Amino acid sequence: MTLNEVAIGSSVKVSKVNGEGKLRRRLFDMGVTPGAEIYLRKKAPLGDPLEVTLRGYELTLRLAEAQFVEVELVSSPEGGK
Amino acid sequence: MANKRLALAGNPNCGKTTLFNSLTGATAHVGNWPGVTVEQRIGVYKDKKNGVEFDVIDLPGIYSLSPYTPEEVISRNYIIDEKPDVVINVVDGTNLERNLYMTTQILEMDVPVVVAVNMADVLDKRGLSIDLEALSKKLGVPVVAISALHQKGLKELIAAAEKATESPRTGTSILPYKTAIDQAVAVLGDEDEPVPSPLFHAIKLLEKDELEIEAHPKAYERVQEVVGKDGIDYEASIADERYKYLTALCKEVAKGRVEREAEKLTKSDKIDKVLTHRVFGILIAIVIMFLIFHLTFTEDLFYLGAMGVNFGDGYPGFITYVIGDEEIHMFEGLFWTDGGINGIGTICANFVVGICDAITAGVGAGLELAGAESWAIGFICDGCLAGVFAVIGFVPQILVLFAFLSILEDTGYMARVAFILDRIFRRFGVSGRAFIPMIMGFGCGIPAMMNTRTLASDKERTKTIRVIPFFTCGAKSEFLIMIAAAVGAVIAFPTDLFVFLIYGFGVVVAICAIIVMNITSQREEVPPFIMELPEYHNPQAKALGIHIWDKGKHFIKKAFTIILLSTIVVWFFSHFNWQWTYLEEADTANSILGGLGSLLSPLFVPLGFGKVQTGSYSWTYVVGSVEGIIAKENVTGVMESLAAGYGFETFAELVSASGITTAGLVAFAVFNMLTIPCFASVATAKSELKDVKTYHWTLIFWLGLSYGLACLAYITFEWVWTLAITLPLLAVAIFCLVKYNMYMNDKEKKAAAESAE
Repeated sequence: MTLNEVAIGSSVKVSKVNGEGKLRRRLFDMGVTPGAEIYLRKKAPLGDPLEVTLRGYELTLRLAEAQFVEVELVSSPEGGK
Repeated sequence: MANKRLALAGNPNCGKTTLFNSLTGATAHVGNWPGVTVEQRIGVYKDKKNGVEFDVIDLPGIYSLSPYTPEEVISRNYIIDEKPDVVINVVDGTNLERNLYMTTQILEMDVPVVVAVNMADVLDKRGLSIDLEALSKKLGVPVVAISALHQKGLKELIAAAEKATESPRTGTSILPYKTAIDQAVAVLGDEDEPVPSPLFHAIKLLEKDELEIEAHPKAYERVQEVVGKDGIDYEASIADERYKYLTALCKEVAKGRVEREAEKLTKSDKIDKVLTHRVFGILIAIVIMFLIFHLTFTEDLFYLGAMGVNFGDGYPGFITYVIGDEEIHMFEGLFWTDGGINGIGTICANFVVGICDAITAGVGAGLELAGAESWAIGFICDGCLAGVFAVIGFVPQILVLFAFLSILEDTGYMARVAFILDRIFRRFGVSGRAFIPMIMGFGCGIPAMMNTRTLASDKERTKTIRVIPFFTCGAKSEFLIMIAAAVGAVIAFPTDLFVFLIYGFGVVVAICAIIVMNITSQREEVPPFIMELPEYHNPQAKALGIHIWDKGKHFIKKAFTIILLSTIVVWFFSHFNWQWTYLEEADTANSILGGLGSLLSPLFVPLGFGKVQTGSYSWTYVVGSVEGIIAKENVTGVMESLAAGYGFETFAELVSASGITTAGLVAFAVFNMLTIPCFASVATAKSELKDVKTYHWTLIFWLGLSYGLACLAYITFEWVWTLAITLPLLAVAIFCLVKYNMYMNDKEKKAAAESAE
């Protein structure tokens, strides 16, 4: 499962970061590393990009970039969707 | 002896600039040096009691010392090449983990470091605490708690920094890959020239850092040879190890720390819920932007006047003075006129204009009383004062606009707008991040162009820099208001609507230009959009004040230097003919400048303000436009001063005398708005663009586009039926572009498929 497929309100754990070069480097630098816990906060009004919480701050990234982040589901949104 | 240098480094939004202002505020000469390769603010910290003096350098906020944007390269290079005496690493105490990530990288350099944990007051409020001693022990450098905003802990910070400068420090690393790092350090030791901070460079080599590979290509190959065998993906695992280490460290030193997710809705989240609302988010953004322009420029607040509210004769003014036999009410119509209430910007502008007018009138009357020659009065009143005051009079409005935009940026809303708009911007071929430099362009193009350093790709920067001038800057708003007033006098068109429409036109041109560039010369995949959304916070009055003062100083300095000089030169050449005899009013068309302007004026016939349309006045429009390329304030200054030279009260009178049509005026506005913005921004563009070729094309682009569109505007407004010709032509052009885009897409896909095989 990759980050772009996760429902809003879920918490996930990063298992692997794919991609290459600058993009991957940037994801690492912003704290998206294996083991990091990410909470999916919301989507922008037009459905993209995403807003997530990790390591105590808010980060925004596009679905296209979230696609490179492999994750495991920790908890689904309350009530399920 | 030169002062010791203290460099402030840290993540964006960690309070570095607030600390900079607090440290240097009262005594500093804060300088901005745009247009050079390094953009850094330098101030001086002075403590007279102890005789301590430091040069304080504010570096751009960055997340990591691996270059992602040119801005990050600046900070990295400063620390490596300029070797400050001490680096103060400012970290946001409320977001310790990510902030310390860069700390672990700075610690790898051979430079004394002091860590300043900022926002101590917020930590207290949230019931959090950080064990500074434990943190200091772990990191191996002094750690001081400060509150940059409330100026707490600054003395302790400076004391720690001073102590740190006394002894050199060798880099240390928290990474577990000792063998590999030692091997890489050994390889670097064999380089022809000794490498400073070898530990830092060795780790960057392991990480396959682009800049590092460029700097030490041979060493890179050797390192890959030596350590390549162990099969570890160092690029991933080094970042991973840093964060692993920090997660453990933060658990140990941060107490009472609650997970952010568990807090659920903080105040920031509640605000965010409204401002980035799924339905209303975009609407709110538009309303906010409109309100800002309305409050700044309107002369009819909330259109009350247009809706029929009666304002009588307007505000009467409160000082009356008599010049000759004319009675003048100073500040007449300051707060409201018979047409409506003034916006904040207009009130400020009226106030300053009232003072300027009084000074001009007073000086003129005084000179006359003293029996001065008429040319001398003309020189001082129409040459110098008219030009300078024309600029000064508009400064308040620019500053009000700038203040609003700064507040939006300061509170964190700008980042949200980028978040909301990314989806739309991406369609045009830039990321939502490019929104910020573009909107800054409404204030001034120079900081806006420098802000493009935060964009990730060269092409995105080129596209953004090229369109920044189309976002009407403060100086351009001056002549737009002037032209709007003239148009209003001719066809009774509301001033603020004209200004707003031209602003909107600029934005549309910018969007179209980006789309076209994206299809043709600047093709690229959409650059990534990975950005922090900072917490909302109240704007800080002090920071805002410093910002606005900086900006105001910049304009006032410009008014008294380049603008004053230009207007003096223009005055001389427009009041003397080739035989060096002084020309009386209404005779200025025979002047040297009149001759030169007339020479160029055929060029502007297609634009509607050449000789054919404006006869003997045509040279004034030409001179105004050409001078505008030096600085856009000149358009206003020169036109006002040339109008005064003819004996007119305002530009509007010159307009009606010259016989220029409304279409010609619109074209005049369009040309000056889109053409080469000013010498200062040309210099900035040159240093910010990737290479000289891109820079030359940028100049050609500005000139060509402004000339073409002004011509089109003139033809369309003068003869509406020409749309029957231009619209089909436009359709053909769009069709060709779409076809070309499809052709190139196919080609690129094929090339990608081939390289994949």
